[in-house]
Amino acid sequence: MISINEVRETIQMISEANLDVRTITMGISLLDCADSNYEAFCGKVYDKIVRKAERLARVGDDISKEYGVPVVNKRVSVTPIAIAAAGCKCDDYIEVARTLDRAAGEIGVNFVGGFSALVQKGITPEDRKLMDSIPPALAETERVCSSVNVASTRSGINVDAVNSVARIIKDLSALTRARDSIGCTKFVVFCNAVADNPFMAGAFHGTEEGDAAINVGVSGPGVVKRALESVRGADFETVCETVKRTAFKITRVGQLVAQEAARRLRVPFGVIDLSLAPTPTVGDSVAEILREMGLEHAGAPGTTAAIAILNDSVKKGGVMASSYVGGLSGAFIPVSEDNGMIEAIRAGALSIEKLEAMTCVCSVGLDMVAIPGLTPLETLSGIILDEMAIGMINNKTTAVRIIPVAGKDVGDRAEFGGLMGAAPIIAANGFKCADFVRRGGRIPAPIHSFRN
Amino acid sequence: MKGIITVLGKDSVGIIAKICTYMSDRNVNVLDIAQTIVEGYFNMMMVVDLSESSEPLASMASALETLGRDIGVVVKLQHEDIFNAIHRI
Repeated sequence: MISINEVRETIQMISEANLDVRTITMGISLLDCADSNYEAFCGKVYDKIVRKAERLARVGDDISKEYGVPVVNKRVSVTPIAIAAAGCKCDDYIEVARTLDRAAGEIGVNFVGGFSALVQKGITPEDRKLMDSIPPALAETERVCSSVNVASTRSGINVDAVNSVARIIKDLSALTRARDSIGCTKFVVFCNAVADNPFMAGAFHGTEEGDAAINVGVSGPGVVKRALESVRGADFETVCETVKRTAFKITRVGQLVAQEAARRLRVPFGVIDLSLAPTPTVGDSVAEILREMGLEHAGAPGTTAAIAILNDSVKKGGVMASSYVGGLSGAFIPVSEDNGMIEAIRAGALSIEKLEAMTCVCSVGLDMVAIPGLTPLETLSGIILDEMAIGMINNKTTAVRIIPVAGKDVGDRAEFGGLMGAAPIIAANGFKCADFVRRGGRIPAPIHSFRN
Repeated sequence: MKGIITVLGKDSVGIIAKICTYMSDRNVNVLDIAQTIVEGYFNMMMVVDLSESSEPLASMASALETLGRDIGVVVKLQHEDIFNAIHRI
């Protein structure tokens, strides 16, 4: 029998330390919607999403009420549109984005991911069409998220694609200038993108997946911080053990919710994504965990070690709590969505270079980083290339979601609102890399990709 | 199916009575009660059997929350699995 103290601990985790299930994401395959008639394709896409996920939001809310744990987001991811829509006779894919946006609105989910292309090795005409459609599509729609995978450990880095996505980011920035370039917050560049990631903006439903799957992203930086408060000054063994135990408990909640959602929606359970995902709410911050570990701010010497042990301990605790672990699984460090990160930048403790170092040891990459709008195109390419190289060589997922905020400069602040938060604008290194990135072509796969 | 009701707040007359009346009106059997009072704060846990209840869990949880607010305490009803998931392997 559960004791009164255990009950009290659970309730405190939820009400005081912001324990929640960050997202229930239903992955939906659109491969069976293929049609050379563009209008017919869009019609099938709309019908399939609405048919599969019409109860998703309600089931999420019901589970939330019955178990007393918030289920913050309900979302949908779909087959990369560059693949799903490849058979359509059309000039661009903007109408598909409009369709996804309408379907998401109809079923009451806040984001739909998968306006995506996988071009790590080569770019098909359809991939190109999709990439050209990204700026106008994301500028026009509210709920559509997009990603492009430009590198992998198996294939190397497609530098031509890196240069193309840098241009996409610039165009998105200009098109959504009136809202602090918010379009860029819905677009991610990946190395080693995963097919079952439930988190936005990078979620898509990979072609190796079934017809539909329920993937759940757990969270709980606040709970980890609270647990570490009780072991102040203790050695690293104790710190790691405490994080592991806490991650286990957090993940068990995710597993319970995922299984229940899968059962009620009659869709197979896919994976739990073991990620510590912060929100702009005070007390729901990864940077605050680093401070609790003993750093003055995120970015101080020791930060990379701290995030490494945090990330590793979360995984060690989480894997035992779930039958299937996947997605990105690691600590997120999105700057604008994490109060502690914002404070670190204001204090001058955190730079792009330190963030980059942190991404070597945790998921996922340079995330929600606001830089000056006038940052040159080639500098963007260079920043992306560095991050892709980290992912390729270390056999891990890395990503770049960077926002050159049009009309703003270092010291200004970009306001995105809601879950996206706000970010102080930080400087990008001003030294030139144009002659390097303009070489173009492909960077070959690293030696350790040859494992056969 | 079992549920766990928790009550947290300033102690006053009739808290348990009001909750038990609400539960019995909906054919919910109380299986166990544990309570502590720390510095005047009332902390109670009640294990209830929901298998014969006349109302769905979610709507009872909302109603109990409102009932608690009226008498100045925080009342929650949750499916017991959330506690089992966290505290039992």
